[in-house]
Amino acid sequence: MARRAQPLSPALALGWGAAALLLALTLGTILAVAWRAEAAARLGAADWAAIRFTAWQALLSAAISVALAIPAARALARRRFRGRGVLITLLGAPFILPVIVAVLGLLAVFGRAGLVSGLIAPLGLGPLSIYGLQGVVLANVFFNLPLATRLILQGWHAIPAEHFRLAAQLGMGPAEIARHLERPMLRAVVPGAFAAIFLICITSFAVALTLGGGPRATTVELAIYQAFRFDFDLGRAALLALVQFGLCAIAAAAALIVAVPVAFGAGLDRTVQRWDAGGRAYRWGDAALLTLVAGFLLLPLAMVAAGGLAALPGLPASVFEAALRSLAVALASTALTLGLGIALASAIVRLRDRPRRAGFLEAVGYLSIAASPMVIGTGLFILLFPVADPVALALPVTALVNAAMSLPFALRALIPAIRDVSETYGRLSESLGIGGWTRFRLVTLPRIRRPLGFAAGLSAALSMGDLGVIALFADPDQATLPLQLYRLMAAYRMEDATGAALLLLCLSLALFWIFDRGGRVGTDT
Amino acid sequence: MGLTLEKLLIEIDGFSIAGDLTVATGRRVALIGPSGAGKSTLAAAIAGFIAPARGRILWEGRDITALPPGDRPLTLLFQDHNLFPHMSVADNVALGLRPSLRLSAAEGARVDRVLDRVGLAGQGAKRPGALSGGQQSRAALARVLLRDRPLLLLDEPFAALGPALKAEMLALVEEIATEAGLTVLMITHDPADAERLAQETILVADGRAAPPVATGDLFADPPPALRAYLG
Amino acid sequence: MKPISILAAGCSLALAGAAAAQDTPTLTVYTYDSFVTEWGPGPQVEAAFEETCGCDLEFVAAGDGAALLARVRLEGARSDADVVLGLDTNLMAAAAETGLFAPHGLDAPAFDLPVTWDDPTFLPYDWGYFAFVYDETRIGDAPGSFRELIADEDLKVVIQDPRSSTPGLGLLLWVKHAYGDEAGTIWEALAPRILTVTKGWSEAYGMFLEGEADMALSYTTSPAYHLIAEEDPTKAAALFEEGHYMQVEVAGKLAGTDQPELADAFLTFMTSDRFQSVIPTTNWMYPAVTPDSGLPKGFETLATPDKALLFPPEEAAAIRDAALNEWRDALSR
Repeated sequence: MARRAQPLSPALALGWGAAALLLALTLGTILAVAWRAEAAARLGAADWAAIRFTAWQALLSAAISVALAIPAARALARRRFRGRGVLITLLGAPFILPVIVAVLGLLAVFGRAGLVSGLIAPLGLGPLSIYGLQGVVLANVFFNLPLATRLILQGWHAIPAEHFRLAAQLGMGPAEIARHLERPMLRAVVPGAFAAIFLICITSFAVALTLGGGPRATTVELAIYQAFRFDFDLGRAALLALVQFGLCAIAAAAALIVAVPVAFGAGLDRTVQRWDAGGRAYRWGDAALLTLVAGFLLLPLAMVAAGGLAALPGLPASVFEAALRSLAVALASTALTLGLGIALASAIVRLRDRPRRAGFLEAVGYLSIAASPMVIGTGLFILLFPVADPVALALPVTALVNAAMSLPFALRALIPAIRDVSETYGRLSESLGIGGWTRFRLVTLPRIRRPLGFAAGLSAALSMGDLGVIALFADPDQATLPLQLYRLMAAYRMEDATGAALLLLCLSLALFWIFDRGGRVGTDT
Repeated sequence: MGLTLEKLLIEIDGFSIAGDLTVATGRRVALIGPSGAGKSTLAAAIAGFIAPARGRILWEGRDITALPPGDRPLTLLFQDHNLFPHMSVADNVALGLRPSLRLSAAEGARVDRVLDRVGLAGQGAKRPGALSGGQQSRAALARVLLRDRPLLLLDEPFAALGPALKAEMLALVEEIATEAGLTVLMITHDPADAERLAQETILVADGRAAPPVATGDLFADPPPALRAYLG
Repeated sequence: MKPISILAAGCSLALAGAAAAQDTPTLTVYTYDSFVTEWGPGPQVEAAFEETCGCDLEFVAAGDGAALLARVRLEGARSDADVVLGLDTNLMAAAAETGLFAPHGLDAPAFDLPVTWDDPTFLPYDWGYFAFVYDETRIGDAPGSFRELIADEDLKVVIQDPRSSTPGLGLLLWVKHAYGDEAGTIWEALAPRILTVTKGWSEAYGMFLEGEADMALSYTTSPAYHLIAEEDPTKAAALFEEGHYMQVEVAGKLAGTDQPELADAFLTFMTSDRFQSVIPTTNWMYPAVTPDSGLPKGFETLATPDKALLFPPEEAAAIRDAALNEWRDALSR
């Protein structure tokens, strides 16, 4: 069947438009910064040390996150218990937490005056010292273990239920299932998960600094910050941002080479009935593992919550106003993410006959994961300042940048879903003459509700918790909740800050839950 | 003795199917009935994928109701997904012998023999995707031979094949069943299949699986439910 | 009496509003973020200045002092800013070098600073001493010098990174001022006492308050917040015999301002009683000119160093990079 030659259809035009916007936000802002530089840039020995440390801590963090996520995802995949869905939602919480809140939560558990140190003190041990590379890795694992678990759990859910049925019929035990079903799946899924977490850890900054114990733990992002703030060397900042992109490009390329492509579903609550691993040792093993993982991820959150509860009723009104503002930014940002994500994903799926162009669009969609917020913010400032008042645009710009930052996660969920719809119902739709917007509304949208809900939830929660570029732009009356939290801390109001942190945590989780849930209610598949 | 369903009742989401019957050892029996009547559900319960709400399943007088699927004295061929797409045909077949796939030389030779027996000599190294539909069915049947379980359940595994190919497969099933002395329970919606392979037929309709009767007699004088189905 | 005054205030507000709709001039002041929050000096300063200036005072906030200077440099001559408030002596040389600032040309009042002030461009509005703050209920005997801190093996302190934080840079220059060529050795010896290095003041102070660290680098005036706002007398600053490095916060007028008279008026207002009396309990620093009413009750309990240390701006700028390398090398061992 000869496909009609497709001139730039509206759908494709939207996709290319979204890509252009993203390119401007990521690489365009670097160019803007470089253009304003006063001298030729050069990287010093300290910069190279920062690059090496950045790559090393990211490698280690990604490896440990994935290594822990595999058994955790396996336990979640093969067990059904009350509260499993709630647990999966809660386990995602660290990922959307502002860094400073998470760090204080972690310290309340693993710090010198934390729970663990208190527990081992009677044994004559401790106090625990987590500062140094181990602290950086601990925090990165705390942030990224949930994401790794989710990505790998999706892999488990992508194994057809019929395969487990056949395996049961053939009398396969856990070892054989691991060998014949799970290992091939992991081979396909793990490189991608590893790369995603590596990329996220590349751009980590405050975590590395606070728990790194000293200047040894200098990351590229801190070097960029230093270039801007300490040295006002814009050329070096731009160069470092490019190096950061380079590191990420290498990681992404490596993942592509190693990985075997596999289709993901975005559904997370599907439990496949399993007939293996029913033995008591396996059941208790999985239960113990899940308890440990949940404890590791949830105890710091519980400490944040416990600390904030008392301060919650007495919070100043400005905190609640900031919360409303953040909510509005999060909703706008979510709408933008979905718009950009659907435009890009639809164009990518449509371009299946032009794999190079599709690959380019997809790469552009993932670019922001390697972007430095500092560079984006400054670059945008340079671009906007001649034509508009950046302060007046603070909230819209924050929404846009937050949307770009969560786009990679949305794309990961949307591309396979839209491709699936196109492959399954594309011909039927074409034969019925349903095309364009009608087809999107009647056929695609109802069938991608679940991944769409998931992407929306993640995007809203990430935007809610992200300080983003608001700190560079905001005027006194435009604080978002994370910014207000920092302001409380800067004004010595530690207790109010913990109250604001709890509010932030609750709102982020609620947003995620509502959207994710909304995508599932009433779907029949 | 054979297979006995003793006051069996299966309930899923408001749908139920009951059966109280015995299939004698070594017989080939068809299950026929309208789609949605519960034929596959019944097979899934016998194979251990669904726990019955009430009643027992016995094989040669032994209660197998609580056994895990892999320990039951039977092999079930599904409508699809009988082969893992990422493993070679030989490995897929060898799973019937040893799920760990750590085969001795003698066992390897047995795999080759059954592949030969079903007409797949030399095809073992291929992936299932490289085989035709008929060849995939042969591979699944080769594994049945290796598994060497006395009861064979067929849940319309040949439904997607053309008439000639399906007839060929049913003939192969009959040969294999006779050679190995298997009891066969075959789900079908095609009376011709039942008449070709099955000495007896169970009518599944109106929430109930009737005891088996001789296939010829059944179609000669169909009860009202079967008459409605046959049209 | 009261209802009438409220009515009068209401009328004058309405009139001011009507006037604003016509052509009230706007004075734009760039400052750091914590200055303009509801807990900072900003709201009171704005209200007080607008009472007299016949203008609209607009604060624009940009991160911290370093971010503020970066912002002004990015905007260059086209900046809307008339006044920049919130740089300090460590940023002054770089700020002056941009050529964006104009001499203030005012008769500066007598400043209550431990150092003499004669800069032609920047005027100070508050100051403080950097110090390690501790909790008296947790530490009985606080160290009295860097050497005592080094010797006390039970102590863990949190400091800030000089590359991203004003107090961090202050400590870097403090050690340099006190120990000169020996600074590297002191940093090496201090390394085991340093629990970690944070991005900003908030993280470090938060870790101290949560009990994670015994002391955090802050200001001698920090205990005043706990005493006055929280009625908590247990926080104190450790006095070091080497003397304490100072932070002097300054403001300057931009050469490109379109409101030079208003800018001058603001800078004059800045050193007046109305502005200065707001500083102690909002910015938690010493006012540059002690108000007639004196310092708020509680400030007299604060530790006061015998010796104030401060590099002149040019010298601070000149030794900064070398001191940073020294610090990084010592702490990276």
